[in-house]
Amino acid sequence: MADPTRIRANVTGETTEVRVLMAHEMESGQRKDEQGKVIAAWFIRNVTVTWNGKTVLAAQWGPAVSKNPFLSFKFKGGAKGDKIVVTWVDNRGERRTDEAAIA
Amino acid sequence: MDTARREALRQGGGISLLALVAAAGWLTPGEACAAEAWNKAAFDTHSLDATVKALGGSAPTPSKDVTFFQTPDIAENGAVVPVGIASAIAKTESIAILVEKNPNMLAAVFDFPAGTEPSIMTRIKMAQTSTVYALVKADGRYHVASREIRVTLGGCGG
Repeated sequence: MADPTRIRANVTGETTEVRVLMAHEMESGQRKDEQGKVIAAWFIRNVTVTWNGKTVLAAQWGPAVSKNPFLSFKFKGGAKGDKIVVTWVDNRGERRTDEAAIA
Repeated sequence: MDTARREALRQGGGISLLALVAAAGWLTPGEACAAEAWNKAAFDTHSLDATVKALGGSAPTPSKDVTFFQTPDIAENGAVVPVGIASAIAKTESIAILVEKNPNMLAAVFDFPAGTEPSIMTRIKMAQTSTVYALVKADGRYHVASREIRVTLGGCGG
């Protein structure tokens, strides 16, 4: 199982800023090992962020997103203690869901 | 890689398999229902026009309302290039990041539901110095802005 996703969510006035750091290899499928064999691509394809169950960001990724992906964005609304949930699914079908409370 | 399983999952015919997966405790039923879509065609493209087409649009219009922020002109490490893109266009639905000289052009697509600011900051890999496009879909139309990012050390091969 992959390491937990780190989530920081802070509300300022009417806007909540969410910062997410996922733990994933994000293997590009372009690299070769010592024997010259291509290392198979392994990357997160879908990311969904919800706030109290409502989707606030959805993303589709290719292998060109950096290893241990980072993303940040803002949405209107949110209050201290509200739940932010981040789910990712990779191209092997593995998934991970983590949550944090807005601070 | 178990392609048969993947194919089965992609097609609707994988219901029994999904049920098995759910039974194995990998997925809760709720999550299984929210089967994620991934636009394979769009991620296989090699030109801006082909990518827009695969995403379901037509030729994008250059726009000054699409801007880059916290994005370097020169990236020392192509494996980790910070890119921030914001759209000031009303009804922005999605922002895509495209790297012209990467093996596949499309790096990421972000969808913004109403209430989310059309602005995103992330990190991407770049094989070499290249033009990076910010493609914005707003009210069904496509807009684009570009920026050249010089890369000192490529981030794909090795």
